[in-house]
Amino acid sequence: MRWRSSLFLILTPLLTFAEQMPTINMTQGVTKVSRDIYDLHMTIFLICCVIGVIVFGAILYSIIHHRKSKGAVAADFHENATLEFAWTLIPFLILIVMAVPATRVLVSMRDASKPDVNIKVVGYQWKWQYEYLDQGISFFSSLATPLDQIHNKIKKNKDYLLDVDKPLVVPIHKKIRFLVTSNDVIHSWWMPAFGIKRDAIPGYIHEAWAVIEQPGMYYGRCAELCGADHGFMPVVVKAVTEVEYKKWIKSQHEAKKQSAAASNKKMTQDELMAEGKKAYDAHCASCHKATGEGMPPVFPALKNGLIVVGPADAQIKLVLNGVKGTAMQAFGAQLDDVTLAAIITYERNAWGNDNIGKKYKKMIQPSDIKAARSEGK
Amino acid sequence: MSDAVMDSHDHDHHHGPAHKGFKRWLFTTNHKDIGTMYLIFALVMLFVGGAFALVIRAELFMPGLQIVSPDYFNQMTTMHGLVMVFMVIMPAMTGLANWQIPLMIGAPDMALPRLNNWSFWILPIALALIGSTLFIDGPGPNFGWTFYAPLSTTYGPPSTDYMIFAIHLLGLSSIMGSINIIVTIFNLRAPGMTLMKMPIFVWTWLITAFLIIAVMPVLAGAVTMMLMDRHFGTAFFEAGGGGDPVMFQHIFWFFGHPEVYILILPAFGVISEVIPTFSSKKIFGYRFMVYATASIAILSFVVWAHHMFTTGIPLAAELFFMYTTMLIAVPTGIKVFNWVGTMWRGALRFEPPMLFAVAFVILFTIGGFSGLMLSIVPADYQYQDTYFVVAHFHYVLVPGALFGIMTAVYYWLPKWSGKMYSHKLANWHFWLTVISLNLTFFPMHFLGLAGMPRRIPDYALQFTNFNAVATVGAFMFGLSQLVFVWLIISTVRSGKPTTPEVWESSHGLEWTLPSPPPYHTFETPPHVE
Ligand code: HEC
Ligand SMILES: [Cu+2]
Repeated sequence: MRWRSSLFLILTPLLTFAEQMPTINMTQGVTKVSRDIYDLHMTIFLICCVIGVIVFGAILYSIIHHRKSKGAVAADFHENATLEFAWTLIPFLILIVMAVPATRVLVSMRDASKPDVNIKVVGYQWKWQYEYLDQGISFFSSLATPLDQIHNKIKKNKDYLLDVDKPLVVPIHKKIRFLVTSNDVIHSWWMPAFGIKRDAIPGYIHEAWAVIEQPGMYYGRCAELCGADHGFMPVVVKAVTEVEYKKWIKSQHEAKKQSAAASNKKMTQDELMAEGKKAYDAHCASCHKATGEGMPPVFPALKNGLIVVGPADAQIKLVLNGVKGTAMQAFGAQLDDVTLAAIITYERNAWGNDNIGKKYKKMIQPSDIKAARSEGK
Repeated sequence: MSDAVMDSHDHDHHHGPAHKGFKRWLFTTNHKDIGTMYLIFALVMLFVGGAFALVIRAELFMPGLQIVSPDYFNQMTTMHGLVMVFMVIMPAMTGLANWQIPLMIGAPDMALPRLNNWSFWILPIALALIGSTLFIDGPGPNFGWTFYAPLSTTYGPPSTDYMIFAIHLLGLSSIMGSINIIVTIFNLRAPGMTLMKMPIFVWTWLITAFLIIAVMPVLAGAVTMMLMDRHFGTAFFEAGGGGDPVMFQHIFWFFGHPEVYILILPAFGVISEVIPTFSSKKIFGYRFMVYATASIAILSFVVWAHHMFTTGIPLAAELFFMYTTMLIAVPTGIKVFNWVGTMWRGALRFEPPMLFAVAFVILFTIGGFSGLMLSIVPADYQYQDTYFVVAHFHYVLVPGALFGIMTAVYYWLPKWSGKMYSHKLANWHFWLTVISLNLTFFPMHFLGLAGMPRRIPDYALQFTNFNAVATVGAFMFGLSQLVFVWLIISTVRSGKPTTPEVWESSHGLEWTLPSPPPYHTFETPPHVE
């Protein structure tokens, strides 16, 4: 578009300034869509600047030259039909000029047909699950920043609140289709570098797509308020070449086999408690708190909690299946047998729970979890 | 002083309030008393809502959690939004309507005085209901002032029910207030004052009142459906039972979008009164101003889904709502152009009301620009739910709606109290406010574009600097408002007596009355030629 390029020319200094300061402007991203969005954003911004210069210029001129204190005498006009029609019509025309490219980009954004890779993205309070629909791979991705950094006990590192334990891995130059949904409340999967933001609505699936042009690590976050830890559920995507992607898929399949084998091993109390504390802080502490005190009445305390100091079977079942209609998720689908055994052992022994309800089993083995799972089926 | 106006009346008529002390205020049916109560309520609540905002800003001063827990942070964002919308801006605007509409159309009082009393006194009850949630066991409402389902239904804390009933009451109050305004304007105008001779402020309030009556019941419906989902086994907003969480957002924003015009239209009216007075000219394009207000009101019913572009509504709907939203820029533009046209070749006097009015025009326009940017759907996919949106709506609500109210107070306070305030103090208040508000809200544009979502208690390190600036600005802004309070108190107590006209080239019926006006005014209607 001619008029647009001349506009850009006039305002090049402004533009280069905006481009060199990535922290004050929108990212251009690494997909065609994200670049189109950036162009629309800059175009409408420049139009606003031009209108602003005219309107604010007129106000400023008035303020300086039409002051009573400078001897200005008020003119008598208070109507001018031509002028009124002009400033109704001209903005209307400008809007049409703007609506055309916006419509074009929007239509292309919504076309998720013919994908090469299908990934289901599920929002949970407060982490993301990624499921590779064609490869049978599925995992959770949650905040990697330690609680001590958040509570200012240790120094924050560079990727504070940006990093996750396990990023989503995708190939470049392939059309990736994301199917976004949620397991509990509404979240929003936002990856600025791809120009994608899709609300994750429980019970509904919402499509998006991207063809990534450069390998790299890309950072985003949940954009829709989803409860207490809404600010702590980042999105990280690692875009790699096709070859690396294939290698990664293979390694995931192998890891799955290994974890199945681990369900049969016997662990010591110390191993379980150490592993359990780590996993509890990562997966349960956002609701039940690291001290086990929870946030009653919504998030119950586990310290001296009825279920945690009662029969082990009931607790295993509850953690595996969750409690429907509450924030307590079905962790059976999220964590492997070893981790669950460790967490449950930890809950039954930490915070002084080891001294209450002694008649019940205190140490849970991965094989117990495995047995409970097959019983449930 | 009142004799001039009251002379022609029966002698058994009350010349002042019927009761003394607290009873006067509890039982009053006088539009001036009720207007005063609304305005004082709003002023007090401005500091309450402001305190919530300062908790938010203090927590965001640095990365990391320092002051409050994330859950408490969410309660603060919720309360800040609800208080500012329903207990500051709306009551303040209703207070202005109560004081000014009868004075400006030559009516003796509001048409339904007892209803008027009732609409005010419901407010403190609603406040008690919602305010108590911060003190009872368990969290208060913690899902934002938009209370999206299912976060507010299945996952909402028990205190959500308090909020639901408080909103029912607030809706009742504003619907009754609006009915009163409409009836007053239609029936009690002085002879000769045709609709097209009414002051613009009265016009904007008339249109606003219709908006309120149209959409507050929709909000009441939304919260009632929430209540049903929470306690009576329905599934309006739950996919598992055949409902849809997005339907909540449709209903909410069908109320919510007209609501933002409810907050801003009366402010447009105030500005349209003040700029002509201090330009020594008539308003430019009166007819277009009225038509533009009406078009904005009508369009406001067909743009609601622009708050929901990322929810997955169909492509055709996205296009429709993009075009209608862009279209709203046209009548809004007309207003701005007409204000500039009024100033053009006038004889401008920069007394305090005019300072606020000019700042309103400039800063509100900046909010309008970001609004136009947000209407471009593809770009909205990046802006939505970020600080860019926070910057946008604070630019239209703070130097917009709130400045409209302050402009009105600076313009009419001398009329109400009969006393003139210190211009020096007013100038201090103006400059401190304008500087600090830009310090607070301008950096939020950058934060949003750089990727900071709204409603988070903690953030990645790249957002540190601008957040620190915004926090400093916010505390400056909060403290500056103490100047405003001091100015009002000192004026009412010991300001210099002023004339009936108050301002050079003031225009309209209210300026024909003494300052302060007697308790009862226009008992024989004036004639408007
Ligand atoms: C998103 C918030 C959340 C997370 C994360 C969470 N829970 Fe829960 N949990 C809840 C809620 C809410 C309940 C109460 C459910 C109910 O109403 O019965 C609960 C209940 C429980 C109970 C029963 C407590 C009692 O005495 O009734 C146990 C045991 C439990 N959770 C264990 C866990 C474990 C183990 C994890 C981590 C793997 C975990 N929870 C993670 C929210 C959570
Ligand atoms: Cu989320």
